[in-house]
Amino acid sequence: MNNLNDITLAEARDGLSRGDYTSVELTEAHIRAIEAARDLNSFITETPNVALERAKASDVRRAGGNPLGGLDGIPIAAKDLFCTEGVKTTAGSHILDGFIPPYESTVTQNLRNAGAVMLGKTNMDEFAMGSANITSYFGAVKNPWSIDDGKDRVPGGSSGGSAAAIAAHLAIAATGSDTGGSIRQPASFTGIVGMKPTYGRCSRWGMVAFASSLDQAGPMTRTVQDAAIMLKFMAGYDPKDSTSINKTIPDFESAMNGNIKGLRIGIPTEYRLDGLSSEVDNLWKQGVDLLKQAGAEPVEISLPHTKYALPTYYIVAPAEASSNLARYDGVRYGLRVPGDSLDEMYENTRGAGFGKEVRRRIMIGTYVLSAGYYDAYYVKAMKLRTLILQEFQQAFESVDVMLTPTAPSAAFAIGERMDDPIQMYLNDVFTVPASLAGLPAISVPSGLSGDGLPLGLHLITKPFDEETLFRVAGVLEEAVKFTAQPSYLRGFS
Amino acid sequence: MSYILEGETGEWEVVIGLEVHAQIMSKAKLFSGAATEFGAAPNTQVSLVDAAMPGMLPVINKICIEQAVRTGLGLNAKINLRSVFERKNYFYPDLPQGYQISQFQEPIVGEGIVTLDMPEGPREIGIERLHMEQDAGKSLHDQDPNLTFIDLNRSGIALMEIVSNPDLRSPAEAGEYILKLRAILRYLGTCDGNMEQGSLRCDANVSVRIRGEVALRTRTEIKNINSVRFVMAAIEHEARRQVDIYENGGSIIQETRLYDADKDETRSMRSKEEAHDYRYFPDPDLLPIVLDQEFVDDIKATLPELPDVKKSRFINDFGLSADDATTLISDVEIANFFESAAIISEPKLAANWVIHELFAILNRDGLSIAKSPVSSVNLGKLVGLIADNTISGRIAKDVFEIMINEGGDPASIIEDKGLKQITNTSEIEGMIDELIDANPEQTQQYREGNIKVAGWFVGQMMTASSGKANPQMVNELLKKKLS
Repeated sequence: MNNLNDITLAEARDGLSRGDYTSVELTEAHIRAIEAARDLNSFITETPNVALERAKASDVRRAGGNPLGGLDGIPIAAKDLFCTEGVKTTAGSHILDGFIPPYESTVTQNLRNAGAVMLGKTNMDEFAMGSANITSYFGAVKNPWSIDDGKDRVPGGSSGGSAAAIAAHLAIAATGSDTGGSIRQPASFTGIVGMKPTYGRCSRWGMVAFASSLDQAGPMTRTVQDAAIMLKFMAGYDPKDSTSINKTIPDFESAMNGNIKGLRIGIPTEYRLDGLSSEVDNLWKQGVDLLKQAGAEPVEISLPHTKYALPTYYIVAPAEASSNLARYDGVRYGLRVPGDSLDEMYENTRGAGFGKEVRRRIMIGTYVLSAGYYDAYYVKAMKLRTLILQEFQQAFESVDVMLTPTAPSAAFAIGERMDDPIQMYLNDVFTVPASLAGLPAISVPSGLSGDGLPLGLHLITKPFDEETLFRVAGVLEEAVKFTAQPSYLRGFS
Repeated sequence: MSYILEGETGEWEVVIGLEVHAQIMSKAKLFSGAATEFGAAPNTQVSLVDAAMPGMLPVINKICIEQAVRTGLGLNAKINLRSVFERKNYFYPDLPQGYQISQFQEPIVGEGIVTLDMPEGPREIGIERLHMEQDAGKSLHDQDPNLTFIDLNRSGIALMEIVSNPDLRSPAEAGEYILKLRAILRYLGTCDGNMEQGSLRCDANVSVRIRGEVALRTRTEIKNINSVRFVMAAIEHEARRQVDIYENGGSIIQETRLYDADKDETRSMRSKEEAHDYRYFPDPDLLPIVLDQEFVDDIKATLPELPDVKKSRFINDFGLSADDATTLISDVEIANFFESAAIISEPKLAANWVIHELFAILNRDGLSIAKSPVSSVNLGKLVGLIADNTISGRIAKDVFEIMINEGGDPASIIEDKGLKQITNTSEIEGMIDELIDANPEQTQQYREGNIKVAGWFVGQMMTASSGKANPQMVNELLKKKLS
């Protein structure tokens, strides 16, 4: 039997149903791993008691011959912006101090209904704003991958805690949320699989909002198959979310049949950025070759509005955030810092409760929505968003899937790129266009940088064509044979 | 006629536009399932959405859309098949989300018309738009010397904001406009129109200009006025204030003002410089509302008869005067009460009885028509008994009094008390003969030409018959017998 910390979700599912081990055993192994890995700071809240209680209940169900859905007994982690009933939820922010939701987000409830066991709440950039998991009020997360230069690497962000936890084998799977790349970029930085479904596939109800028109929950796992299994249980129509889509959920796992013969793989010319490192460029070319060898047909395509995607995103997302975060005012829940007047209480509370990056984005968002600037910024950005969407629609008339790098570089050291937000924002240059268009996309670990840090490749498909996405991702995963282990795990086990 | 403010430099006219906030009649709030009942204990009708808990999302209540469309149709307005909810951003403790979900650039209802019945003739007032929005909660400043308490029961309740064009020209027209709008909403069943409970509130935009000027001058907005009387008083004072400022060489600044009913004055709340920048943008949590024409047509097919049509029908079919018809249609319950009495009796007489006798009692006892001590059917029966000469109008008043105090069917009251009118010619003639025989002196006087004595004879006859002799017959027969 493998070490219980090293098995995949699919293996755990089979092992549990064969009775090779119990959910309690599996869960305890992960609780121990989490305790031993606290230096990574990947969890904000560990919930061993909740986990063991649910694991025991799962074992009882299984012993009685009535296991729940396909995740019964599987220990997973939840990004700390999914509200969890009775368990502190922070969104990585000081302003939600002491907030314990009396309700459970739809996505985590769906997972509970399938029998999943929650190990805890993972660290994240404050309100999901960041690409390095360095803006969390609860401190930076360390990437389990490092090189021999004495510096800790960032895990990417904003779902950096979930990414680090999966990479360090602290949980079998985790939920993330992706607004402009917050699942896919950290997946690339930590050598795991991160998948963002079509906008509307997963309910946003009970997820602390960053930018409502972009936020989407998705799975973070160590294999493509595991992501397919997780998504099946996370997704689903929810009448409580007006933007949730009422569509049947296909069996993503069985869509992974390994056959991509004749599929047209679009290679967007405009993603070949000036100054793209040769190692990323080479990895990309290698990915194209591998898919071609598997029977797919590479097609050069043009997405000329790509260069506007990042500026568009950095208007739309902060605009929505500036409004979404207005509710954190010290009046009803979370932090309140008193003042001599109402305005002073607001200023004190929000000044103390929000970190620098969140304040920056609130100010950008407020500015672009202000009288006199609205047309020049917000309206123009919305027009560009429409153009970007149309461009994708057009491109998908001639290709089935697109292949790009996930991020322009491998993980950088904690403390780097801190002084220039634009440099930080560039991390999302490959992931943001699909977010603006609401398209499903996945990052698959595909190789190592010269320094030995993981790099991901990124696939995008049409809306609600997650089946093709998983199928191609499965083939890519098979072909790249990524077996490298993070340094943390090598030292640890 | 027209409302003019005399000033030293000339005659001033007032220009008024009203924004009426009408609470939509709906059991649930606009974006949550919480109840909307008035008067519940604080914070007992609040859902997670209304309290803006993290991760909560609005879901539109379809009933509210139907109600807004119904109202739009009742205002002869254009229904926009596509409309968009936007966020109006500002901070206030009774606004939990930090924004109000409202409609801004694309409201659900476009231009319409309300016709006012003014003494000088009908006046058409343009409606600019109607949009849906959430109400805010309530700040309670009087519960504690140092703290403000928040009641979120009202937070998220559905409102329609109905915006008029600046077509109103006097406080009286403004008052009439609110009453007419209120009547239409109540006919439609889309708002209960209860101003004391705040289901109907009004903001007034007021400016003045020299009579004959075409351009509009700077306006001020008087916020949150909660009675027709206060709307009229506030406008009157604000117009006078503006005229005085102009006449003293000053200018009006665009600002928001509050009307203080106790002091009967308006005072500045905030100026344009302090005005909020609401940063409206489409709410990304909600999709645009897209209606199909069939949905609108189905609602149109179920619209009730509205005040203007009812009024013409009362005039044309029932022969009522315009004044009586206007009074009766002002409220749907009054109109229904009248009509149910009228169809079983004589409409003009029924109108008289409702407007004069019944209203007097209702006013005296402070009752609404719904609480009338006499049912519409019984009033109709009473009027019918007058019309067919069973009782006289005078006796009818006695019967009405009994109906109010003791209740009951007018026919049985008349039967029990023996109040039926004497209409038998020989019986009346016999009484007259007796009277003439007993009073030769008065008979002589009459026959000598002092016809005023006839009045004395009528009086004697009514006393002798306990008021039951048919007065018309008494008059005619007396004349015949005395001459």
